[in-house]
Amino acid sequence: MSERKERKKLLEVKNIKVEFGSKKKKFTAIDGVSFDIYEGETFGLVGESGSGKTTIGRAIIRINEVTDGEILYDGERISGNITQEMDHKVIENIQMIFQDPMASLNERAKVDYIISEGIYNLHKHKDEEDRKRMVEQALLDVGLLPEFASRFPHEFSGGQRQRIGIARALVMEPKLIIADEPISALDVSIRAQVLNLLSELQKKKGFTYLFIAHDLSIVRFISDRVAVIHKGKIVELAETEKLYEHPLHPYTRALLSAIPQPDPAIERQKTIEVYDPACHHYETDRPQWVEIEEGHYVLANQEEQETYKEMLRQT
Amino acid sequence: MNNRYTEKILEAKDVVVKFNLRGRTLTAIRGISLDLYKGESLAIVGESGSGKSVFTKTFMGLLDANGRVDSGSILYKGNDLAKYTTEKEWLTIRGKEIAMVFQDPMTSLNPLKTVGKQIRETVELHQGLKGAEAKAKTIEILNDVGITMPEIRYKQYPHEFSGGMRQRAVIAIAVACNPNILICDEPTTALDVTIQAQILKLLHKLQEKYSLTIIYITHDLGVVANVADRIAVMYAGDIIEVGLCEEVFYNAKHPYTWALLSSLPQLGVKGEPLYSIKGTPPNLFHEIHGDAFAPRNPYALEVDFEVRPPYFEVSPTHKAKTWLLDPRAPKVEPPKLIVRMLEKWKEAPEHV
Repeated sequence: MSERKERKKLLEVKNIKVEFGSKKKKFTAIDGVSFDIYEGETFGLVGESGSGKTTIGRAIIRINEVTDGEILYDGERISGNITQEMDHKVIENIQMIFQDPMASLNERAKVDYIISEGIYNLHKHKDEEDRKRMVEQALLDVGLLPEFASRFPHEFSGGQRQRIGIARALVMEPKLIIADEPISALDVSIRAQVLNLLSELQKKKGFTYLFIAHDLSIVRFISDRVAVIHKGKIVELAETEKLYEHPLHPYTRALLSAIPQPDPAIERQKTIEVYDPACHHYETDRPQWVEIEEGHYVLANQEEQETYKEMLRQT
Repeated sequence: MNNRYTEKILEAKDVVVKFNLRGRTLTAIRGISLDLYKGESLAIVGESGSGKSVFTKTFMGLLDANGRVDSGSILYKGNDLAKYTTEKEWLTIRGKEIAMVFQDPMTSLNPLKTVGKQIRETVELHQGLKGAEAKAKTIEILNDVGITMPEIRYKQYPHEFSGGMRQRAVIAIAVACNPNILICDEPTTALDVTIQAQILKLLHKLQEKYSLTIIYITHDLGVVANVADRIAVMYAGDIIEVGLCEEVFYNAKHPYTWALLSSLPQLGVKGEPLYSIKGTPPNLFHEIHGDAFAPRNPYALEVDFEVRPPYFEVSPTHKAKTWLLDPRAPKVEPPKLIVRMLEKWKEAPEHV
């Protein structure tokens, strides 16, 4: 992609660290993660459960505190202590869609309130009529009827509830949407509908997505670039097809080899690679986050960098 | 391609399951006939609400109190399970003959008991072993399901196990009953891909060692391609297509099966919307006329809305319920997406 250089960095994550617990029982969930998200792209973040992918998303919208490093939105720092004004800017511009539509909606509030909560908090509406219009528009945008505003969440199916969750995010007119496993709690046939809705909204409103998921085939379909995270460290980052065609890091290779293929002949003959962390020799030669070819980053030490370069030459 | 399994172990005939809900009757299973062969792996696929779990629960008497088998028979070893009513009768089947592995390993283990104790209970109850013998057997089973250091793991509680390990423990409990049939209800849905592959491999190994017949309930067609000998596709309480794994993947006949295959993300083309099935499944409170899929089916014929299609045989092992297979029906080609997928698959080196 030649236009890539001109693209604007919307979000910059610089060497962040997230730790939980006190000094004695410290757990480092995110350890030195850096990546940029360009305006208008869909950035996929994949990893197993417990790898820290959700924590990254939560750190960006300031739910989890960052202990080290910084996060920049539109060139301005949004991590650590920031002014209230800046905090409001974060809320306005970055919104999140949660995984489980059954658990993420307030059961006792009507859809109208659920969608308007952000508007109320930031006084985004001129008057009551203006707010109603915004809610109506948000519902229409996600393919629901404006009448639904007066109903409670329990009256909706899983797919519809996820649409309400999306409407709640987009009523704020954000630039960046963090979608944390938005479809893994949904049924196969509804997944396609929600995915299509997300890409349709992106085309219409120019959203940038951080798409967090563990389903690798869906990430491949929706993302422009993908980062693979393992135990709090991003091990590889590249444009989607590059990563799926030529994975370098052994963990990425293991993950990709395990994707189930819906074809009996291929599925039964496939060999699954197993990732053994002991295959790295990091005692003397520390791994570094390097750009091994244009736009393709990998975590590797000197020796591995040579091997990876050799692998790329052969392909 | 012929089925290498011939001995029937379970025969379901015209099973109808109804639920009473707030004074209304819901027909969850609308007359399913299915034979299960000894030693095979059968996969039941379908959307949630299609009745795949309900159908298999009738084999074990696990329907909720407001549900009942309304008509039809389920023959197992000469007994009709559909006629069983008391817990006492069901206890002769549950675990001993037919065991189940549930979807979520986080909730299907007792958090207050050690894993060893939970497996040992089943060993004592179903294999009649006691004391040190029971413990030795438990450790052997733990070993079988691939749990390393079984002696230490025996004394640990479920919260000390990871998700994959817990699912192994749940499988261990099911296997400890020494069943003939194992029903796995979405066994890998809650797990990561790498763990999923391991669990499927484990189930395959156990199937050989304990000569199990396994029913997989899943919506993941990737899992199905890996494990199934035969596939049954369910829609709105009916099996609309059944056949050998290869037959259903490479030569699907029912428009719903086409739709299901088309909505796979692997088939998606970047930048184009993913195929999605229009509309919603029918309301099972109402009686369904004709083919239940007809209102969502772009290939529906007039007759589909009026008369329920019977099974049309495609091969001795493959049949589908769609009027499209009637000799009088106009010839319909599968959708482009599927044809494209099949061509792509044929080029793959694995097919040569």
